[in-house]
Amino acid sequence: MRDQLAFSQVRFSYSHTPILEDFDLRVKKGEFVSMIGPSGIGKSTLFQLIAGLLQPDQGEIRLGEARMDERLGQVGYMPQRDLLMPWRTIVENAALPLEIKGMSKKEAQQRVRQELPRYGLQDWADAYPAQLSGGMRQRVSFLRALLSGTDLMLLDEPFSALDGITRLDMQEWLMDKWQETGSTMLMITHDIDEAILLADRVIVLLGKPIRTPVELNVTIPRPRSVTSRNQPAFLALREEIWGLLRAEQTKLQLLGREAR
Amino acid sequence: MSRGIWFGISIAIFFAAWEAVCRIFAVPPFILPPPSTVVVALWDLRESLLGVHLWATLKEVLLGLSVSIVFGVLLAFAMSMSKLIERLVYPYIVISQTIPIIALSPVFILWFGYDLSGKIAVTILFTFFPIVVNTYDGLRSTDQEMLQLIKTMGANRWQIFTKLQLPSCLPHFFSGLKVAATYSVAGATIGEWLGASEGLGYFGRRASGNFQAPALFASVLLLSVLGMLLFWLVGRIERQLSPHTKNKHQSSK
Repeated sequence: MRDQLAFSQVRFSYSHTPILEDFDLRVKKGEFVSMIGPSGIGKSTLFQLIAGLLQPDQGEIRLGEARMDERLGQVGYMPQRDLLMPWRTIVENAALPLEIKGMSKKEAQQRVRQELPRYGLQDWADAYPAQLSGGMRQRVSFLRALLSGTDLMLLDEPFSALDGITRLDMQEWLMDKWQETGSTMLMITHDIDEAILLADRVIVLLGKPIRTPVELNVTIPRPRSVTSRNQPAFLALREEIWGLLRAEQTKLQLLGREAR
Repeated sequence: MSRGIWFGISIAIFFAAWEAVCRIFAVPPFILPPPSTVVVALWDLRESLLGVHLWATLKEVLLGLSVSIVFGVLLAFAMSMSKLIERLVYPYIVISQTIPIIALSPVFILWFGYDLSGKIAVTILFTFFPIVVNTYDGLRSTDQEMLQLIKTMGANRWQIFTKLQLPSCLPHFFSGLKVAATYSVAGATIGEWLGASEGLGYFGRRASGNFQAPALFASVLLLSVLGMLLFWLVGRIERQLSPHTKNKHQSSK
């Protein structure tokens, strides 16, 4: 299958601190990939590289067919905070990427209104973000990212600000949406269960700088639900990831002690 | 609405206490006239106060404020778009805040003349800076994450400006404008004090020179009503332009 996103030998430093070194990453079209790693490892930097807000120092990033230096406007980005504009209604917020692509306001909003029922938001079309719950706001944010009109979605800890129950709901909801839209998704999360449950593949980011990501295939059959978390395969995978992260944590602590 | 009622009650108590103090202690009217006398003076002088002087002051206030808005906003835009302009101009804006504007006003009258343009110049002196500073701060305080997000959508500079910076700066602009609206009345009044042939400031100064305290207070009353009306009007326009704040209040009730 074709790669939707490919990093080859990417090197990137952020103010003299190396973040990525000879980093390779492949995401196939239609795949759901989770990325997990200790906090502060530079996951946000990785996302900014993919979205085109940053350029690699060395190596290349391919998006779809071709090498792309101008990736801005090509990737749908769903941030951790929903970042809905408080002065825009729900329709206006979701229509923003279409407007930016040059569609007329009227046409863009019409397009959004057609989509809203599938997100359970038709009654909130003309409400302002402050009137919506956190889960609803994240659904708007998802729709907005999707309407950026791209085949690659970046989800940056999308549910970390939500309460536990809403979070489980949203995870199942996201699985549905992924299947429905067929788009390629790359999600960063701190939550091991979330990483496994949603993904075809979990990438564990290790090292400082990140050099050799560990890739684990998730073989749990679809459709999955929150109860899939009790399957032996799931538990084994959780143990494995937890082990990797814990070993990394210890290593970093030791390194820190040596440095002192 | 209930806020309006409370404001009415508070004002009523204030005037009642004022009236009582004047009567109980028999304060001479040329020192402090009771509100009833002020109202009588206002009624007696209504033709010249409302017909000539209020109108003259209103003209200065509105013209001065308009010029400040146009040039203040333009300067704030220029500073937010060009680092060079910001570096060159911003220090003066901060320094200018430390200068007592009243002390500069006579010079402004000298430069711009004793007619309308002089008063407008003083009004601008009073109102320009709150507008520039607040608008610029508003433009600068754009949410950095939102900025990144809109960039990932491929927005160009103009789109970033119109769809993100401008709307997120609006509340700051309006808080500056509210300050400026009240200052504008003070500015016009001082301009008139320094030399004029009409306007509420001129009228008040003449009245105080003649020990006509009731007439002076009548003009002061009109000036403060004018200031309050302008403040209220700015608030109205703000709510009109940012309906999401109105809804938030409704849902929180």
